Amino acid sequence: MQTKRTIFPNRVLPYVLLLPQLAITAVFFLWPAGQAFWQSFLKEDPFGLKTSFVWFENYAKLFRDAHYLNSASVTAVFAVSTAALSIGLALILALAVDRMIRSARTYTTLMVWPYAVAPAVAGILWWFMFNPTIGVLPYLLESLGYNWDHSLNRNDAMVLIVLAASWKQISYNFLFFVAGLQSVPRSLIEAAAIDGAGPVKRFWTIVFPLLSPTTFFLMVVNIVYAMFDTFAIVHATTEGGPAQSTNILVYKVFEDGFLALNLGSSAAQSVILMIIVVALTVIQFRYVERRVQY
Amino acid sequence: MVHLKIAAGLVGLTAALAASTAYAATEISWWHAMGGELGTKLEEIVAGYNASQTEYHVTPVFKGTYPETMTAAIAAFRANEQPQIVQVFEVGTGTMMAAKGAVYPVYQLMADTGAAFDPAAFLPTVVGYYTDTEGNMLSMPFNSSTPILYYNKDVFEKAGLDRDTPPKTWEEVEEFSKKIMDSGAAKCGFTTGWISWVQLENFSAWHNQPIGTLENGFGGLESELVVNGPLQVKHWENLKRWQDAGIFQYGGPTGGNDAPPKFYAQECAIYMNSSASRAGVLLNAKDFEVGFGMLPHYADTQPQNSIIGGATLWVLQGHDAEEYKGVADFFSYLSSPEVQADWHQFSGYLPITQAAWDLSKSQGYYDANPGSDVGLKQITLNAPTENSKGLRFGNYVQIRDVIDQEFQELLSGTKNAQQALDALVQRGNELIRDFQSTNG
Repeated sequence: MQTKRTIFPNRVLPYVLLLPQLAITAVFFLWPAGQAFWQSFLKEDPFGLKTSFVWFENYAKLFRDAHYLNSASVTAVFAVSTAALSIGLALILALAVDRMIRSARTYTTLMVWPYAVAPAVAGILWWFMFNPTIGVLPYLLESLGYNWDHSLNRNDAMVLIVLAASWKQISYNFLFFVAGLQSVPRSLIEAAAIDGAGPVKRFWTIVFPLLSPTTFFLMVVNIVYAMFDTFAIVHATTEGGPAQSTNILVYKVFEDGFLALNLGSSAAQSVILMIIVVALTVIQFRYVERRVQY
Repeated sequence: MVHLKIAAGLVGLTAALAASTAYAATEISWWHAMGGELGTKLEEIVAGYNASQTEYHVTPVFKGTYPETMTAAIAAFRANEQPQIVQVFEVGTGTMMAAKGAVYPVYQLMADTGAAFDPAAFLPTVVGYYTDTEGNMLSMPFNSSTPILYYNKDVFEKAGLDRDTPPKTWEEVEEFSKKIMDSGAAKCGFTTGWISWVQLENFSAWHNQPIGTLENGFGGLESELVVNGPLQVKHWENLKRWQDAGIFQYGGPTGGNDAPPKFYAQECAIYMNSSASRAGVLLNAKDFEVGFGMLPHYADTQPQNSIIGGATLWVLQGHDAEEYKGVADFFSYLSSPEVQADWHQFSGYLPITQAAWDLSKSQGYYDANPGSDVGLKQITLNAPTENSKGLRFGNYVQIRDVIDQEFQELLSGTKNAQQALDALVQRGNELIRDFQSTNG
């Protein structure tokens, strides 16, 4: 092991160097989070004129509320479908680029573009394409005998936001897979090929297991993305409708807090979301760091 | 980014400094939600006021949509940075009224500052929505509208209907729509904006049916919704039936963003929406002539009067007496017949005073613009009853969402009309109880 160590004799300096980061964390995370935490125990009118401390009533109410539970299951469906779709497609595209020789760079560059699109814009793009009145896709689907209407059909609405959210995330997953594939030893694949394993067999027995740390990491990242970064997509497309079938948890926080001005409930919901993020982060650190292997 | 922000901040600061030194007048800010053409017109009105005197200076600030403006004002109030005037949409009325320490009721403001103010000059159906049970005006009406019926005259003629006769009853709407569809003149009979506002609230008032107990909530926070009455059930049943038959096409929740294109593209022949949509309709109806009519009613009932929507100006507490004097002065200017008539004729919003209406008449506006007074005729058709004065419930922003959600349940076939309206009433009442326990 290393024996050389750089020692700073000054005991204050490290803290001074840490200070900006700590200050930012305190101002932009700890303080608002603390406020949300405190607010979640209060019942208050919007103007803050009448406040009463209600212990866990806001939380208890949430878990009794069928619409909140609905929102939780909608979020689960949405997050899992988005993660599965975007990871699956990204993997296929990455495998394709792995076999390309000359055009790989151009292809990779083009693939990354959607990642630069803001979520709200991505939402609008898909909303236009799927708009029942003016969209192109409903028109094409109609000729196939399917009457697309995401303003009334729950499944259509879910498909719409899953597509929009996955499309945006494919680029990110794609880059990780391309990098992951490059670290799969060629010698293993060649050895398998000499032993007579076809491309499919080689993929499932060699490439896929060796990619599993990447896949697992992406799964966590994608679920976090789908749960917390897709607000703008929902806001720009379905606004949680029809009949709350796409009302994911983050959107509900916004709706209850900013539109309905029910601050206590909205705060309680954001505290629950905070707990979910912490849990996902713990999973990621504990398991991803240990490197999933077969 | 940071540089940009600092630069923007500096520019803002210099502008503010320049403004305060240049005018040396009492500064009043007005947060509003009027974008686009309406926003430009609003700024023009304010500029007119600022030029008319030197004592006060009103600064209009565009804050986004109605909910955004309201939320911004409330957040500002909590941080003690509130503007003097904020524009709040009609469904926020319950929330604003309950905030007793936060709002400065207009009648009181006018009395305290000694401004000339005659509540009787305002149209009762407009101000009725914003007065307390003792008849005191709490906020200053600014932009009020009411839903009316628009129809495509050319399509009517193609279908063999009289191009100058809009349908008067729902039975006629159905009959006309069938004719239109059978003749191939258009693909669909009718569409509508604002399911909640047009097909439930106004529908109830227009048929003189109660929306809630205690005079639709005007009587107190204990009120309960009762919109699951037989007539409303019948109407929602019909809407579902008409949707299945293609006679009616759904335009989406809240304002119904998909409805106007259906009418503009001549897909649907009839369209119900705010009287303030008039300018937009005329602008977009390039290839056909538009006709106007009152909302339909069921043949076995008599129409009562429709109710309004739109927004009013609320004054917030926490400023100096001098500033409030300016607010009162500005309100007198805003409600003057000239300003009101101009705003009304430009936007399609209703004039809020009798004088502004009379002025528009004497200017020959209604003769030159047929159909522009349909909304006015409709809200003043009969003296308002306790069912048709308006509505006032706590948490109404959420209840509007519930209405949309239950309507979607109806159209997607998961609930029938009775079930949807029962669920709506039950969920709405829970929200009203919540509001009561927080604000009572």
